[in-house]
Amino acid sequence: MAFLKLLFRNKLAAAGLIIMGLVVVLAVLTPWLPLLDPDVTATGDRFKPPFSAGHLLGTDHLGRDLLSRLMWGTRLSLMVGFAAALIAALLGSTVGIVAGYFGGRTDNIIMRAVDMLMAFPYILLALAIVAALGPGLVNALIAVAAVNIPFFARNIRGVTVSLARREFIDAAKLAGMGHLRIIVFELLPNVAPVIVIAMSTTVGWMILETAGLSFLGLGSQPPQADLGSMLGEARSALITSPHTSAVPGLMIFVIVMSINLLGDGVRDALDPRLRSGALTRPRAVTQIDRQQPAPEADGASLLALQDLSTEFRVAKRTYKAVRHVNLHVAPGECLGVIGESGSGKSVTALSIMGLVASPPGVITGGAGRFEGQDLIGASYETLRAMRGDKVAYIFQDPLSTLHPLYRVGDQLCEAIRSHHKVTAREARTRALELLAAVRIPNPESRIDNYPHEMSGGMRQRVSIAMALANDPEVIIADEPTTALDVTVQAQILSLLNDLRRERQLAIIFITHDFGVVAQLCDRVAVMYAGQIVEEGPSQAILDRPAHPYAKRLMACVPDLGQGRRELEAIPGLPPAVDRLPDGCAFAERCNKASQACRVGSIELVGTSDGRRAVRCLDPEESLS
Amino acid sequence: MTSYILKRLIAAVPVLLGITVIVFLIMAMIPGDPATAILGSYATPENVARINRDLGLDKPLVVRYFIWLGNLVTGDLGRSFSLNRPVLDEVLERFQATLILAGVSFVLCAILGILAGVVSAARQYGLADKLITFVVLIGISIPSFFLGMMMILTFAVNLRWFPVSGMYAIYGGGDLPDLLRHLAMPATALSVVATGVIARMSRSAMLEVLRQDYIRTARAKGVHERKVIMGHALRSAMVSIIPVLGIQAGFVLSGAVYVEIVFQWPGVGRMLVDAILKRDILLVQGGVVFVAACYVLFNICVDVAQSLLDPRIKT
Repeated sequence: MAFLKLLFRNKLAAAGLIIMGLVVVLAVLTPWLPLLDPDVTATGDRFKPPFSAGHLLGTDHLGRDLLSRLMWGTRLSLMVGFAAALIAALLGSTVGIVAGYFGGRTDNIIMRAVDMLMAFPYILLALAIVAALGPGLVNALIAVAAVNIPFFARNIRGVTVSLARREFIDAAKLAGMGHLRIIVFELLPNVAPVIVIAMSTTVGWMILETAGLSFLGLGSQPPQADLGSMLGEARSALITSPHTSAVPGLMIFVIVMSINLLGDGVRDALDPRLRSGALTRPRAVTQIDRQQPAPEADGASLLALQDLSTEFRVAKRTYKAVRHVNLHVAPGECLGVIGESGSGKSVTALSIMGLVASPPGVITGGAGRFEGQDLIGASYETLRAMRGDKVAYIFQDPLSTLHPLYRVGDQLCEAIRSHHKVTAREARTRALELLAAVRIPNPESRIDNYPHEMSGGMRQRVSIAMALANDPEVIIADEPTTALDVTVQAQILSLLNDLRRERQLAIIFITHDFGVVAQLCDRVAVMYAGQIVEEGPSQAILDRPAHPYAKRLMACVPDLGQGRRELEAIPGLPPAVDRLPDGCAFAERCNKASQACRVGSIELVGTSDGRRAVRCLDPEESLS
Repeated sequence: MTSYILKRLIAAVPVLLGITVIVFLIMAMIPGDPATAILGSYATPENVARINRDLGLDKPLVVRYFIWLGNLVTGDLGRSFSLNRPVLDEVLERFQATLILAGVSFVLCAILGILAGVVSAARQYGLADKLITFVVLIGISIPSFFLGMMMILTFAVNLRWFPVSGMYAIYGGGDLPDLLRHLAMPATALSVVATGVIARMSRSAMLEVLRQDYIRTARAKGVHERKVIMGHALRSAMVSIIPVLGIQAGFVLSGAVYVEIVFQWPGVGRMLVDAILKRDILLVQGGVVFVAACYVLFNICVDVAQSLLDPRIKT
């Protein structure tokens, strides 16, 4: 039912279904419709145009009524097409099930044969079969069915192989059921839907193929005519009486199109990725939908986020991933942003340069200022010119973030040449320097590697080199060490730390690991459910966390060499950001929460020197 | 790379052998005996026996296969009785014409299809996307033989832009411009369906790729969007588009049969249909084996192209 609903939501598919249904009903009813005899010739009435008296669609070269011939021809074409599909499905599926169920040598031999049949362009095989059997509608039907058997065999075998290894088949075998019974009663019910879908997608082809063979004069023989042979016979009068060609031709077109529409609808309805919107293309820049004008610039930070809000709009839901976030970072400073997965830290980082995937992402408010210039709502060209040049990113998993088909050297050179007019040779020299700077041994040989030829640590060094390519002012590192093992992680961190000191880089370091914060960051902001809940110098927060969430988060981290300490997981889960509660988002999981925590909105309250701030009514540590 | 090509060629040998077996078996299914078919009204028992002996038809099936295969390998595909000339000569001559038609169509559908798919994906849900999706839907639903007939009616008969049929003008033709004028309509008619299919596959391949993390990386580097689409994204998408091109080449080759009939193009397809109607079995057999073998070799080229594009494929 849900499937039909989905199908009908797709208007084109519904149209296809209706047209197809109409054609099929008319074809079925043809013998009872008040039509003239399709085979009665009347040489006096040859080539009458459409809308002549008594002949709605006119007559053909022998004076036969075209409407009647069209209906009978359609009936024949549909019957032959469906019959071919049925035969192909029956035989092909049997072959596929046998190959898939028995496996081993049986499978091997059968699939080799199938591969060989598939090595033919389909019509050659069909022509060879018709040549052997002789022209005729039944032989054309056999040829078309035979040509499509390999298609069914291969598809159904694939499904069967995955099913044959399931527990219920083993259970049936243990219960002593014979192979035939297992296949018929256990396998077939599970395979049947796939067979039906494969049939529905190929029946259009089969109708077209049999019509094609008839068109060539190899299918139905006079006086019997399907749509293909009607068209074939009309061809000699194409110039003088084009309507005799147009009538059957358009009918074939309508049938094939309605089946295509229907097939698309079925495919879309069955594809979960389309339903979840996972096949939408992210634009070059995140969409902006600011509810209020951008806030005025304050202070002179290198990079500052003011009141930034980003949400994801999926169908009717709105996920508020980032809510009114303020952050700033100065040259040579490292700011840590820490939080659980889903706390909005990555989205915050991506929002700065408009890299949040959009749709569904939308920046709904605030400003992101680089040296005072607002980047939210800046033109694509402005943003593009700054991406990688002023503000560069390092992402989490270098295997998926480096392009798999380009050599790492080419990816580095491209980063450079996107912003600087240099020759290929100069870019390569610079790329070698960069690889050396991130301490990749043998840069001369490594530069021509593809990403899959490198280790995880080496790949992440390449990512860092790429971020450094244009000497940016700010690097935003989004969990750059999460995918790496601990020793490599330590090396990468110390590399980043050195680079920051040498080049006066500002780093925004996104992580869920307090150990990393302690090692690298000057200041840290703790995020929860899209908000900053605590902010201040790293050491101060590590020593005396003020927000209950920050404290609990730290308690999750095991300390080495600190003896036995109770590790505490935080009970419960973060709230869903499409249904945020009033008051404190952490209240549900907080053991100190009171009634006051669940109403209104709780502000981020800073100390008088502005060094620390916490969003809590009852902080663990008094900050003043 | 050479070793990879060599490996693929060696792997193709069993497939080629399989093709010969299949064609041979299909032809062996022919009811009645070919001798009677060849002799027609001269089919006296003595004549039949003699022809059977001459053709080696009195020997067992397996022996006959190997005799036939032996001849095949040495380039002897037998003699066409309807044309009274060696099958190989006829097939080679006709295949040239088919190659021109199908080759041009294939290049056309590959370029236009990929381009349409890329634009469609880059402008997803935009006007261009909707327009392309609609045109593609129409395109993949029109049978090439019907489209060809309508094109003749419109562009040759009414508008007189192109010649109605044939490959060269009978008088004064024979040069390249003449060929192109004759080629324009059949090549277009032949490429429409494949263009549509390729456009669809390219669109979904592009959409899949555009969501990948490395596309975000390219954008974060400041690579221009045009280069992101036509470089980074298309290159990855090609990995899944190329196999589709290989399959569509088969469909173009198949569709050529219809188009050759409609436009009186002197290619292999028309030769095969004529041969079937005249029951010239050796000509059918030779033509089918030859074209199928060419298609297998073409698919090796596709695999090689794939391995050149994707360094992750072990060569």
